[in-house]
Amino acid sequence: MKNVANIQLNSGNEQEIDINSLPKPRFLKLSGLEPLVITPESNFINVGERTNVAGSKKFLRLIKEEQYEEALEIARHQVEGGAQIIDINMDDGLIDGKQAMIRFLNLIMAEPDIARVPIMIDSSKWEIIEAGLQLVQGKCVVNSISLKEGEEEFIRQAKLIRLYGAAVIIMAFDEKGQADNYERRIEIAKRSYDILVNKVNFPPEDIIFDLNIFPVATGMEEHNRNSVDFIEATTWVRKNLPHCHVSGGVSNVSFSFRGNTPVREAMHSVFLYHAIQAGMNMGIVNPAILEVYDDIPKDLLERVEDVILNRRDDATERLLEFAETVVGKAKEKISDDSWRKDPLQERITRALVKGIDQYIVADVEEARLAVNKPIEVIEGHLMNGMNVVGDLFGSGKMFLPQVVKSARVMKKAVAYLLPFIEEDKNNVRQTAGKILMATVKGDVHDIGKNIVSVVLACNNYEIIDLGVMVPPEKIIQKAREEQVDVIGLSGLITPSLDEMVHLAKEMERQGFKIPLLIGGATTSRAHTAVKIDPQYSASVVHVNDASRAVTVLSDLLQEDSADTYKALVKTDYSSFREKFINRGKQKEYLSLKDARKNKFHIDWDVSDIAKPSKLGIEVIGEMNLQLLEEFIDWTPFFRSWDLHGKYPDILNDEIVGEQASELYKDARAMLKKIFEEKLLTAKAVFGLFPANTINDDDIEVITQLENTDIAGENEENNHYVFRTLRQQSRKRQGIPNIALADFIAPKETGIQDYIGCFCVTAGFGTSELAETYEKDLDDYSAIMIKALADRLAEAFAEYLHKEVRIKYWGYAKKEQLSNENLIREKYRGIRPAPGYPACPDHTEKLTIWELLDVQNQIGVKLTDNLAMYPAASVSGYYFAHPKAKYFGLGKITKDQIADYAMRKEIELDNARKWLAPNMVDD
Amino acid sequence: MKMIQNILEERIMILDGAMGTMLQRYKFTESDFRGNRFKDWPYPLQGNNDLLSLTQPEAIAEVHAKYFEAGADIVETNTFSSTSIAMADYHMEDLVYELNFESAKIAKRVAREFTQREPNKPRFVVGSIGPTNKTASMSPDVNDPGFRAVSFEALRLAYKQQVEALLDGGVDILMVETVFDTLNAKAALFAIEEVKQARNIQTPVMVSGTITDASGRTLSGQTAEAFLISVGHIPLLSVGFNCALGAKQLVPHLDAIADRTEAAVSAHPNAGLPNAFGDYDQTPDQMAEQIKEYLDRGLVNIIGGCCGSTPEHIRAIAELTKDYKPRKFIFSDIERVQL
Repeated sequence: MKNVANIQLNSGNEQEIDINSLPKPRFLKLSGLEPLVITPESNFINVGERTNVAGSKKFLRLIKEEQYEEALEIARHQVEGGAQIIDINMDDGLIDGKQAMIRFLNLIMAEPDIARVPIMIDSSKWEIIEAGLQLVQGKCVVNSISLKEGEEEFIRQAKLIRLYGAAVIIMAFDEKGQADNYERRIEIAKRSYDILVNKVNFPPEDIIFDLNIFPVATGMEEHNRNSVDFIEATTWVRKNLPHCHVSGGVSNVSFSFRGNTPVREAMHSVFLYHAIQAGMNMGIVNPAILEVYDDIPKDLLERVEDVILNRRDDATERLLEFAETVVGKAKEKISDDSWRKDPLQERITRALVKGIDQYIVADVEEARLAVNKPIEVIEGHLMNGMNVVGDLFGSGKMFLPQVVKSARVMKKAVAYLLPFIEEDKNNVRQTAGKILMATVKGDVHDIGKNIVSVVLACNNYEIIDLGVMVPPEKIIQKAREEQVDVIGLSGLITPSLDEMVHLAKEMERQGFKIPLLIGGATTSRAHTAVKIDPQYSASVVHVNDASRAVTVLSDLLQEDSADTYKALVKTDYSSFREKFINRGKQKEYLSLKDARKNKFHIDWDVSDIAKPSKLGIEVIGEMNLQLLEEFIDWTPFFRSWDLHGKYPDILNDEIVGEQASELYKDARAMLKKIFEEKLLTAKAVFGLFPANTINDDDIEVITQLENTDIAGENEENNHYVFRTLRQQSRKRQGIPNIALADFIAPKETGIQDYIGCFCVTAGFGTSELAETYEKDLDDYSAIMIKALADRLAEAFAEYLHKEVRIKYWGYAKKEQLSNENLIREKYRGIRPAPGYPACPDHTEKLTIWELLDVQNQIGVKLTDNLAMYPAASVSGYYFAHPKAKYFGLGKITKDQIADYAMRKEIELDNARKWLAPNMVDD
Repeated sequence: MKMIQNILEERIMILDGAMGTMLQRYKFTESDFRGNRFKDWPYPLQGNNDLLSLTQPEAIAEVHAKYFEAGADIVETNTFSSTSIAMADYHMEDLVYELNFESAKIAKRVAREFTQREPNKPRFVVGSIGPTNKTASMSPDVNDPGFRAVSFEALRLAYKQQVEALLDGGVDILMVETVFDTLNAKAALFAIEEVKQARNIQTPVMVSGTITDASGRTLSGQTAEAFLISVGHIPLLSVGFNCALGAKQLVPHLDAIADRTEAAVSAHPNAGLPNAFGDYDQTPDQMAEQIKEYLDRGLVNIIGGCCGSTPEHIRAIAELTKDYKPRKFIFSDIERVQL
């Protein structure tokens, strides 16, 4: 309106227009980090309801268990799935709703991809609503207030909502109760509206009515008009109460048909179809249970409309009757080949989206014959299909394992076409960009890198994959030779972080300008921003998952907007850095001396110490892999495919369940093959030794056994020391500063204690198999075999630990634990691994290797940066004291590093290098 | 005296420039900051510019006068950090009322002198309400994104105290400015409304956000339009942006709000972007040249300067602005009643 007025005024029109006489547009304007303006032209506004403890069992469980990270994922999925507002409700008898609301909203505000949409603060308790309003910067919707407690309270709450700057949902509820017919609905709506607009000065466009959607076809006659009354009341409200809106929870209407999905879906669509026409313009709808109105079979549609619009007396009976014939039909899944009759492009797209490679060669051949140049099949048919895959993945409608399967089909198609394309050398394929991918020097982990490569290849990027343990010189040389557009680095072990910093420095020195992507399990936004980004003046971006890689790359390579994006990331990292550094200063640390004074205290008593039944070193030359199956922890397996959730619940998860089940089925099939054909070889070496803690933080290990006769000949070789590190951050009163050495009896107690260490591998054969699959253009299986080998190695470690507890060490002979409890580590004793939080120094592996002669015994090697090869290997210590527990070292200060270097007899610089990730920044 | 709303409908009004930049010219030492009254204060005080309203009031009055002389219609009180939250750095929480009250008095005294001299050009004082040094919707701890260093309630109470004192000191307008976290601003607006309702007064309110970098968002992540919507529940005299960017960089953000608000639009940008030493090099002519674009396109109703700007900059801007018409807008009846 303002614009119209301006144009008229500026045009020099003689007739001046009084702007005040023009009606002011009154749109409902909401905001998260981004605006949401609801105009009469807006489509139906979909409110996400999965973050409502009453609406989602899963969400309720996560909140109860305080799994806020996973709860956030639900919010994220909703926004990615198209929710324009998210409803958050914590009203449940078993949780502290106010605290949960505060915690969850604060976490959401820290996630820009969720916080971009407005929040609907949903509670029946005013106290929770007000707590929520105090946390959100954007303009929210309060859900809800009503006249239930009388006019005075209603006005008080409305005034406060106004001061906090939110819109409001008004329930059709008053002192007498909930409105359950047409007259009561309009009576309450009118009264509420008049009070709000006239007494509170509440903007009418910020008022949303929830006119109560109640079930129909319940068998009770008084419910027959429920939906008609709602629809008619909606019409009345929109006509008589200017500028306001109507909302509601749609799934209520079909309550009596729970379990019959086809009928429910149809009821929701029909109800919405009519309610929207009447003026309902927002609501809570689960898009997963909604049929397209036009796709509802005519006979079902007729019966549903009879019920919704209350058109016949026997409507309910007729729908019930019909429902029985529909129930279960949807569940029957017969393999349907009718799509083979579709047009060529549709067939190819479908094959890519569904990952069906059965017909792809035939279809591609058909396409080749239809075009002038074979390359057009790639650029046309195949890329069209992959774009659909990309869009579905980008919008959260496809998941990683599906995309990897799509890639397999794509690769097969391209491989078939290549010979034809090469006949005509003039053809150069246009790609979106050339990306060099490498796992850095000294690191052998590549599952994540390979997944990212596959996903990028799907999006038409050309990938130059240099594999694992790639020295920086080679990365730089290849990048020049191939003139790549971007370099992507990956790594899993902590020393890889330094390699990345080093490479960034080298790229800077040699004048590179191309973007550098950082990924892998140990990498983080913090490390990238604080340590890598300052070294390289061109772009450095941390990419934490495969789906983000695609958007980041397109942002980086888009000609017109790349500079803005790059500048954005730079400033983002630099402000992050600033905050990070400021934060570092706030934490307080104890001197090593004081930390030692506050060590973890154990009252040493001989009864807590178990002498191993069998001291010395044992080797398992070939492990029967099948025995490990029951020890597999599947949850991390799904995580490596970007499917988040706990096994076995994940198989029934509402969002990723189907994909997870599919993936799980494939994994089981491959496992079976591994077992039957003995595709992988697993080996282990471990040892149990007398040991005592000396000088606070070191553990002296005696390998020379009393009953051997070589005693005393070479004392040096019989004496090893494990060096442990001690927490130094200042703790609350009564909380100790722990080092692993605290779990072993000090020498001065005179009590003989024991320690163990081990290395297991399930990795022999993995890379050969993966190579075979890759040659066969089957990345899906190549990644699968590596992910499974990792799981088997972890299962082996779990299995062996159990064997040690009940047999070799023998302190837990009667232990009976389910796999779940094993995974939760509910047993006595721990097995921390060098390079992990309790003992982050990787160089301690060298001591284990020497002590157990690991390389000669089972063939597992250590790389330059002390990663184990094969990658599917695990090594660590065994501690058996009942009080031993896992902990994270956290940051340590200079004095400990100097002390540690001296104890280990290594150069200070060397110690600094290995402990860099744990050092307090100066 | 004409109501400020009426003047705004007639012409572009000029806001003053930076206070801090001007105070640097005095090269005040630690003992100057302390004056006699705080000579034994147990904490360092140099850099507490707001305190100079008590220890060097003549300098503050002089700066205000220079801006009025240069052509400013409105000066901001020297109270950007005068909340109990921001003053905690100097352990001066208990002085907050006095700081705001005295700062308002000083500015008001100078404004009255100028208005008497030039009755056809009334001068106004706006109470400056800064963002404080804590954010209510972001965590300062990267390891705990759910942590908050300050609550809405704490901000509301601190702002309430500041607003009461500024009003007691006689300010004509209140300005919630340099908003980098909209939730902080909402707490300030909440407090202002509470005080206005309790006193039954109609003091106009200005809100000015800060777009921190090229991302086009506030530090707390909102786009310009989302910011505008988030403060839209309060009837405002003006809404706009200041600080962080130079005049040129502000254009797209002013664009984003100018079409979408019924209020006046304000801008007080920095004198360009700081150089490597944190100084501002933009000359008055350069700054005015960039501001010309606002005027040519009819984007603003109130213009001034933020970091790095001086009376010379304001003079150049005021000179330039004379020949231009303000952005078209008219206060609606509802707002006029409110005002």
